[in-house]
Amino acid sequence: MPLLKVKGLKAYYRQTEALHGVDFEIDEGSITTILGANGAGKTTTLRAISRMVRTEGSITFQGEEITGLGSEKIALLGIAHVPEGRGTFVRQSVEENLELGAYTRKIKSDVADDVERVYAYFPRLKERMKQQAGTLSGGEQQMLAIGRALMLRPKLMLLDEPSFGLAPLITQEIYEIMARIRKDEGASMLLVEQNANIALNLADHAYLLETGNVVMSGEAAILRDDETVRRTYLGY
Amino acid sequence: MDLFLQLTLAGLAIGSIYACVALAVVMIYQATDHFNFAQGEMAMFSTFVAWALFQATGSIWLAFVLAVAASFIAGIIIERVIVKPVESAPVFNQIIVFIGLLMIFNNLAGWFWEHTTKTLPSLFPEDLGFETTLISPHNLGVIVFTLALLLVVFLFFKFTKVGLAMKAAAANPDSARLVGVSVGWMLALGWGLASAIGAVGGVLVAPIVFLEPNMMSGVLLYGFAGALFGGVNSPGGAVAGGLIVGVLENWARQYVPGGSELGLTFALVLIVGVLMFKPAGLFGRIVVKRV
Amino acid sequence: MIRPNALTAKLVLSFGALVVLGCVVPLVVEDYDSYQITVAFSYGIAILGLNILTGYNGQFSIGHSAFFAIGAYTAAIMISHFGWHPYATLPFVAIAAFMVGFLFGFPALRLEGLYLALATFALAVATPQILKVDALEEWTGGVQGLFFDKPDAILGFSIDQSLYYVTWIVFVVLMALTWALLHSRSGRAIMAIRDNPIAASTMGINTALYKTTTFGISAMFAGLGGAFFAFANAFVSPDTFNFFIAVYLLVGSVVGGIVSIPGALLGGLFYVFGQEYAEEVSNLSELIPPPWVTFGIFLILMMYFAPFGIWGLIERGMARLKRPSSS
Repeated sequence: MPLLKVKGLKAYYRQTEALHGVDFEIDEGSITTILGANGAGKTTTLRAISRMVRTEGSITFQGEEITGLGSEKIALLGIAHVPEGRGTFVRQSVEENLELGAYTRKIKSDVADDVERVYAYFPRLKERMKQQAGTLSGGEQQMLAIGRALMLRPKLMLLDEPSFGLAPLITQEIYEIMARIRKDEGASMLLVEQNANIALNLADHAYLLETGNVVMSGEAAILRDDETVRRTYLGY
Repeated sequence: MDLFLQLTLAGLAIGSIYACVALAVVMIYQATDHFNFAQGEMAMFSTFVAWALFQATGSIWLAFVLAVAASFIAGIIIERVIVKPVESAPVFNQIIVFIGLLMIFNNLAGWFWEHTTKTLPSLFPEDLGFETTLISPHNLGVIVFTLALLLVVFLFFKFTKVGLAMKAAAANPDSARLVGVSVGWMLALGWGLASAIGAVGGVLVAPIVFLEPNMMSGVLLYGFAGALFGGVNSPGGAVAGGLIVGVLENWARQYVPGGSELGLTFALVLIVGVLMFKPAGLFGRIVVKRV
Repeated sequence: MIRPNALTAKLVLSFGALVVLGCVVPLVVEDYDSYQITVAFSYGIAILGLNILTGYNGQFSIGHSAFFAIGAYTAAIMISHFGWHPYATLPFVAIAAFMVGFLFGFPALRLEGLYLALATFALAVATPQILKVDALEEWTGGVQGLFFDKPDAILGFSIDQSLYYVTWIVFVVLMALTWALLHSRSGRAIMAIRDNPIAASTMGINTALYKTTTFGISAMFAGLGGAFFAFANAFVSPDTFNFFIAVYLLVGSVVGGIVSIPGALLGGLFYVFGQEYAEEVSNLSELIPPPWVTFGIFLILMMYFAPFGIWGLIERGMARLKRPSSS
C-alpha cells in the first residue's frame, strides 16, 4: 500500500480551479519530486495535502482518507509540511521554533533528544539557538524549517522549494543533509522544486506538472537522463 | 514633597488598572490583529456580575474569583460564536461587530442592574499593619496585585507550551496549524484571558470610581492610550505605558491648570500623537508589512 | 453598490419621485412627526458624510459625533451670541466643520483601519469633555448648553414644517452633489484610494490630498447635520454629543448601507423610528431587553448576513429580478 495516494485531486482558490484532477502515489521510504514551472500547481498540491486549500477528489494517507480533516490534524498524522517561504516564526527564537515543531509530541524527554539530533544535522542552528529566527539568513531559515519538520518525527515530509532564493552552495549543503536524513530517519519525502536538476539527483520518482495537470511521470533517474524530456519540459 | 509622592503613588495605582486594560487590549491585538472596542464594556459587565455575586455570597474574594472565571469562559464563547464568523471579513465588519458587542454589554448591564451607582468593596483590608498617609490601603493593594498578575501572565507566555503556541498562532497562523496548533482555539483562549484580565481591572477600579454602566469608557480610553504609548506589540511595554499614563494623568490633574477637566483630551492627544510619530510606541518594534 | 449607479432616466425619475414624496409628507402628518423626520434628516446628512468617508474612501471613523457637535455648536454660538439667523450660519458651519475635518485628515493619513478607528474613538470620547471646559464656558454655555429659538416659519407653513422643508432641500441637494462628486474623476480617485491605495498613488493620484479633503467634506456634512439637529431641538449641550452619537451614526450608516447614497436616508430614518419602535417593543414586557441590546444584536447579524445594509439588500434583490430566468 502506498504511503500517500492522491486520486482525481482538484484544488481551488476561491472560484479558480488550480489543479484539474491530479493522480500520484508515494511509497514509503521514497523521495518523490514534483516539478514544473511557476504557476504549474506544485505548491497547491502540497497545500492540498495539508488541507490549506479547498479540494475535490481523494487523498489517502496510510490507507485513510484525509480530505475531511483540518490543517491542524495533519501534523498529528505524522505529515510535516515545510512551507513555501519557510514559514518561520520570525519573532520566536531558533529553539522556540523547534519546540513548536514538537507541539504534538507527548513525551518531553524524546523532544530534548530530537532537538540535539536536529542540531547534529544543522550545527549552524545550534550556534544560533537563542537568536530570533527572523534574523537568520535564508539558508539558515531553510535549515530551521526542515529541523522544525523533523521535530515531528514525521512519516512524510512535504518540502516546498527548499532551494528557493538560496545560493547554489547552500542549496547543495541542504540537499546533502536531506539525503542523510532520508538514510538515517527513514522519512518519506514529497519534494516540490523548480530546480529540476538538483531535485532529480535526490529523488527516486518524479512527476511533472503543467498548469494543473500531470503531464509526465517516471523514475527520476530516467527523466534526468532523457535529453528530450530535459530540453522540452525542464529547460536544460 | 509628600503631595507629589501621594500623587505619584495614586497615579501608579490607577495606572496599574490602565495597565490591566492595556494588557487585555494588547493580548487581543497580538492574537487577532483586532482592537476590541467592547473590552471596557465587557469588563464593566463582569464587575457588575462580581457585585451581584457579592450580594449573594457576602464574600468579595469569592465573588471576585467566580466573576473572573466566568469572564474567562464568556470570552472564549464570545470569540468562538460571535467573532469567528467575521474572522476573515474586512476590518470594517469586525469593528462593527465589536461595536455591537459594546452596545449589548453596556445596555445589558443597565437593564439587569439599573443605572444607579453601586458600591463594591475593596478586595484589600483596611488595616495594613502600618500607618501611612502616602497611599491608601486599596491603592497599595492594587499596585501589588496587578504586578503579581502581570508577572504571572509574563511567565505564562515565556515558559509554558500553551503560551508559546498562542504567540505562534498570532504571529503566523498558517505555520502554527502545520505544527498542529489549533489556531482557532488559541484565539478563543486569548479572548478568554483578555476578558478575565479586564474583569480583574474592573473589580480593582470599582472602589475608586464607583460602579455604574459608563464606568469603563474613560478607563478603556486610557488603557488604549497606555497600550499605544508603551507599544502595542509589546505586552511589557503596554503595561509600562498604562502605568505612565496613570501617573501623568494624576500629575496633570494637579499641576496643569485646567488639568482636572481635560484628562480624556490628554488621552486623545496622546493617542493621536503616538499614532502619528511613533506608532510602535516607546517600547514596541515596528512590524514591517510586505507590499 | 461599490460604485454609484449611472445616470439614467430611471435614476432621475426615481430621485425626482423621492423629492416630491418628501415634500408631500409634512402636509399629511402631525407637526411632531415632521420634527422627528427632520431629526432623521439631520442624521441622514451626517451619515451621508460618513458613507463618503468610509464607504467610498475606505477611511474609518467612529468619531463623527465630534464634527456633528462642531456644526451644532458653531450654529448655536452664532445664533445665541451674535444673533444670526439660523440659516445664515450654515455656510460658516460648513467651513468650520470642513476645516476641522481637513486638519484631522492629516494625522489620519498615517493611520489605517483599526488605528484610525481608535483615533476617532478617542476624539469622540473626548468631545463632551472639551465642550465642558471652564475656559470656554462663556461661549459654550458649559454643562447647561445653549438655548435658542427654532428658525421662523416661512411661506405660511408651521415652524416645524418650514424647518422640515429646508432640511429636506439641503439633504437632497447634498445627495445630488454627492452623486455628482462620485461620478467625476475625483470620485473615481476617491474610490481607487479605497480599493488599492498603493496602485492609486502609482497612477499619479495625490492620495494625501484626496484623503484629507474627503475627510474635510465628510466632516462638513456631519457639521451641517449637526446644525440642523440643533435647529430642530433649539438647544445644544455637551453630553448630547457623546461617543454614542458616533455609534448611532455608524449604526445608521451600516444599516442603511454604507456604500450608498440612499442608504443615508434609510439610516437616518432607521435611527429615529427604529429606536422609537424598539422602545415601544421593549416597553411591552419586562422580559424584553432595552432597544440598544437588540440593536447591537441586529448590527452583528447584519455583518454576518447583509454587510451592505438595507440598501444593499434592495440592490441585490433588484439585480436578481433582472437576471434571466434560466440558471
